[in-house]
Amino acid sequence: MRVEERVEQGGWLGESLPPFIGLHRCGTPDFRGRARLSAGAGLEYFLQQMINGLTLGSIYGLIAIGYTMVYGIIGMINFAHGEVYMIGSFIAVIAFTLLSAAGIAAVPLGIVAVLLAAVFFTAVYGWAIERVAYRPLRGAPKIAPLISAIGMSIFLQNYVQLAQGARVKPIPPVVRGSFELLHLDGFTVRLTFIQIFIILTTVVLMIGFTYLITRTSFGRQQRSCEQDRTMASLLGVNVDRTISATFVIGAALAAVAGVMVTMYYGVVDFYIGFLAGMKAFTAAVLGGIGSLPGAMLGGLLIGLIEALFSAYFSIEYKDVASFSILILVLMFMPSGLLGRPEIEKV
Amino acid sequence: MTQGAMGMAARPAIDYAALLKDAALAAFVVFFLAFPLIGLQTYDQGGALAVRGRWDLLAYAVIIGFVGRFLFQLAMLFKPVKSTKEPSDASLARQRQIGMIIRYALLGIALTMPFLPFSDRSWLDRGINVLIYVMLGWGLNIVVGLAGLLDLGYVAFYAVGAYSYALLSLNFGLNFWVCLPLAGLFAALFGVLLGAPTLRLRGDYLAIVTLGFGEIIRVVLLNWGSLSGGPNGIASIPRMDFFGLFPFGNREGAFHTVFGIEYERTHQIIFTYFVILALALMTNWMVNRLRKLPLGRAWEALREDEIACKSLGMNPTNTKLSAFAIGAMLGGFAGSFFAAKQGFINPESFTFMESATILAIVVLGGMGSQMGVVFAAIFLVLLPEVTRDFEQSRMLLFGAAMILIMVWRPKGVISHREPTLRLNPVKGA
Repeated sequence: MRVEERVEQGGWLGESLPPFIGLHRCGTPDFRGRARLSAGAGLEYFLQQMINGLTLGSIYGLIAIGYTMVYGIIGMINFAHGEVYMIGSFIAVIAFTLLSAAGIAAVPLGIVAVLLAAVFFTAVYGWAIERVAYRPLRGAPKIAPLISAIGMSIFLQNYVQLAQGARVKPIPPVVRGSFELLHLDGFTVRLTFIQIFIILTTVVLMIGFTYLITRTSFGRQQRSCEQDRTMASLLGVNVDRTISATFVIGAALAAVAGVMVTMYYGVVDFYIGFLAGMKAFTAAVLGGIGSLPGAMLGGLLIGLIEALFSAYFSIEYKDVASFSILILVLMFMPSGLLGRPEIEKV
Repeated sequence: MTQGAMGMAARPAIDYAALLKDAALAAFVVFFLAFPLIGLQTYDQGGALAVRGRWDLLAYAVIIGFVGRFLFQLAMLFKPVKSTKEPSDASLARQRQIGMIIRYALLGIALTMPFLPFSDRSWLDRGINVLIYVMLGWGLNIVVGLAGLLDLGYVAFYAVGAYSYALLSLNFGLNFWVCLPLAGLFAALFGVLLGAPTLRLRGDYLAIVTLGFGEIIRVVLLNWGSLSGGPNGIASIPRMDFFGLFPFGNREGAFHTVFGIEYERTHQIIFTYFVILALALMTNWMVNRLRKLPLGRAWEALREDEIACKSLGMNPTNTKLSAFAIGAMLGGFAGSFFAAKQGFINPESFTFMESATILAIVVLGGMGSQMGVVFAAIFLVLLPEVTRDFEQSRMLLFGAAMILIMVWRPKGVISHREPTLRLNPVKGA
């Protein structure tokens, strides 16, 4: 689908709708397929939604890791993490536009360059956010860093709006083409190249990340800070630096998610961070906050649920579905799917 | 002031080289922060996106980063040392006296405000807005300040109140004064519905759940067009009348004919002003009374130590639920007032930003402090008025103010969060 078409296509970009655009509104650009759905194509339609849901879920999972890591190490909800992801996608838009202006045609190299740029600059943002808004508040009452995080989220949103304009930023499609997996009754199950790219990148990142946390010395430091910060610092772990590194890694993963979203949907605006952040947080809670595989699993589940809910029930209420899941999970399973129950001590 | 001077004298000389190095480092970071988003700007070029450089702005950002960090560090060096001495009884009594004077002065201003020479319609409107936020702040203060529950979806109850009044008055022709308690009741009901299952959650989980609930209400209002009018909202909601006795307006049997005075358009708005003032004062009175009741004591105790409360046989969920319901009810009152004053509502008035603003009022003012809420509300409502020229950067400043105030005073600007009652007053600290 071409960008212009995509921008014009839906009422979802119109002013009458809520200003949130981004992940939430688009389980997939292929929703128009629903109109063509016939009885025989039920399975194909379901498969298509599974593919879309997995793609979306990978992105949520990558963002969710940032929430879960920060929560694990300093016990606060990094409210501004959604904005970090938004900044990542803006840098991706700018980088893609610059590349196409420079006439660089080699797509794989271009994508790598954009990824590197987005990861680097977004990581600086992640570091700076922690340094400015959270580090001075270590040891303050618990509500203080949360308020400061909300303030940071509002600040970053408006900063990007002022710096880059409030309008939706479209880029031309970077990767075209798809495999046609199944074809039945006029409904085709498509696996686009970009979906393959997103899922594969996520898998690779997850493997690398798991290695980083479980096998390297940084990972040991990170986990020790998570268990007991005071003890870790007594044993010679530089706690402040570890926390900074946690924010940098979280931001880098969010930046990758941002680049992929930009490539997938082709449009970005300054508002996408809020809802994507909320969904990713839901994913982190669903998987069990503090648990890294849990974040990924939760992300995939939220992506699938959202895609299927909007395909079979109602696209308008899919945010309600995600939030209801959040509430239900917290009510009946507060430690999530893979989390450890937290024991409160006197 | 004298303490500051003493502290300064005791300090070693300032190490300018280190300061400059630090500032240079900050400038270096700012360069990387600003380069992609300020240094490069996307713009629309014949339908496609293009990028241009704004190197002057980038340079300014870096310079501001350098100078700002330098001055900040310098200011930190000159920061007065906090006195560790326990304030004497005399100074505490004086503080309390000053507090009382300010309180009565503000009350006096609030009561006479509509009759002051400069107060025209726009000033009355501002006054009403401030009072709405004051009332919402005081309502939320029960939940956040007294019971220590972080509620990020308070605006949902405000919305419930507003839509209750709008729908009841339009569909059943009910009067504002009948709807007001009903709206409060509905909001409290929603508070119980949300609170009953979720209130056993820990602090920040509760925050997220309430945030989710606020969003759910907004999305439902947005999409349930047949009930709420969807994004277009509900228009021509009846204004409030004089205690259900007679309406305002330039006609026979209206307010001015009953009281035998000249008709003026501002009568209605002055009346509206006094209604919200009365509602706000009622809230304040309620909160002050509640603090002294066993229930209020239980809230504060729960905030300080939940485990201790449980072991003393208190039911934390029910206690929290009562705080939640009362807070929601006050939000519902404010909401129905808002609908009656505005005459038009749509989901745009009930976004997360609104919740964040109310929470900011409570927290910035100092949790649990009544006066703090008033000052924060005045500040936050009038700030946009002052900065109207740079309307766009208003929210930017708002966010920055939230961070700075938290970093500067994590406990809020004015007050501390002292329990009303203590067995043994703490020494030192």
